[in-house]
Amino acid sequence: MSFTWKFTAREIAEKPELLAPGHRMCSGCGAAIVHRLVLKAVRGPTIVTHPTGCVEVTTAIYPYTSWRVPWVHTAFETAAANAAGIEAAFKALRRRGRLKYDHVDVMAFAGDGGTYDIGIQALSGALERGHDFLYVLYDNEAYMNTGIQRSGGTPLGAWTTTTPAGTKIPGKPEPRKPIEDIVVAHGVPYVATASPAHWMDLVVKARKGLEAKGPAFLHVIAPCPRGWRYESSKTIELSRLAVETCVFPLWECVDGEHKLSAPSKAIALKPDLKKPVVEYLKAQGRFSHLFTPEFERVIDEIQRVVDKRWYLLLKKCSV
Amino acid sequence: MSSYEKGWKEVSIAGVCWLPSTKYLTGDWSPYKPVRDKAKCNKCLLCHMYCPDGAVIWNSKAEDIEFNYNFCKGCGICANECPQGAIEIILK
Repeated sequence: MSFTWKFTAREIAEKPELLAPGHRMCSGCGAAIVHRLVLKAVRGPTIVTHPTGCVEVTTAIYPYTSWRVPWVHTAFETAAANAAGIEAAFKALRRRGRLKYDHVDVMAFAGDGGTYDIGIQALSGALERGHDFLYVLYDNEAYMNTGIQRSGGTPLGAWTTTTPAGTKIPGKPEPRKPIEDIVVAHGVPYVATASPAHWMDLVVKARKGLEAKGPAFLHVIAPCPRGWRYESSKTIELSRLAVETCVFPLWECVDGEHKLSAPSKAIALKPDLKKPVVEYLKAQGRFSHLFTPEFERVIDEIQRVVDKRWYLLLKKCSV
Repeated sequence: MSSYEKGWKEVSIAGVCWLPSTKYLTGDWSPYKPVRDKAKCNKCLLCHMYCPDGAVIWNSKAEDIEFNYNFCKGCGICANECPQGAIEIILK
């Protein structure tokens, strides 16, 4: 896959805002930043589909809509199936000569609930059938829209309303599901992780995903001030910390070959730069119960899980 | 709001939204707003990239950054991330 698109910050800033202001996402919302940046990477006519989730309910409150691209809302479990259907419909139209565009990009955005838990069978099916679409997972690590319930993406030890930290459990007892590895195992042409703090990396990866011939998957961390319990101005700081502590390393996988992206590669080459996971945990209120004598051991457990996954990733990238 | 909302007979099939959200101003959500020190700013545009609301606008004619206070929710990300420390969050 050859990739030639080059751009400057000014060119990106001059691109039209496809997610119009006036949406009702919370102040300091990470998902809003992710959507704005990913939509800066579109290369022509694009159709976007969304399952139920934070962004869906906040951008299309009747009678207002924030979408300046054709946009379809679908049920919680069917984001990927819907995107597959749109792509198949365009194929059929092209076959009959009824399509005036050379190419139409299809994007599906879904939250962690709509991907890790509810939407995984539709996603798996669409990846297996090989439809040409980009699936963007904006991961705020719980069902934030309905009030912070745990999902498959919630990390170990995090407080949520359905895994309350008390005397019995220290927040969520299980580590999060490695969704990227599940997608990589389907053998799709492009899989990547990104963080809005490294915005250029995110825009480039979104465009690479669109250009890939076949299904592409982009996993983006989207800190949530309400659910993660931190001050709204720290959104970007936290998404950067997640990369620096290797909780959320950045890499891409082209045709099954893993490659670390620049911010994570710097850590891989200079292990001193890797920050302890405590720095990431203490910035968030959802982990505040871990800093008591009762649950201190969970921090070590989190560090162990993060180190293990980082080690396995380095092996895959042969660093 | 109800004065310009359509009745059930005029509503499109499946209740498709028909007003742009730019008509819904979110600028009054927060008591805070950002102000920029033009002397310190080097126009790196990080504030534009990191704004969740698209409220930091690059005006290519004037070659300058503008805040759209109609939509700014006062989260303070721009002030927190500005490498020059040129943005300050103040009470409205």
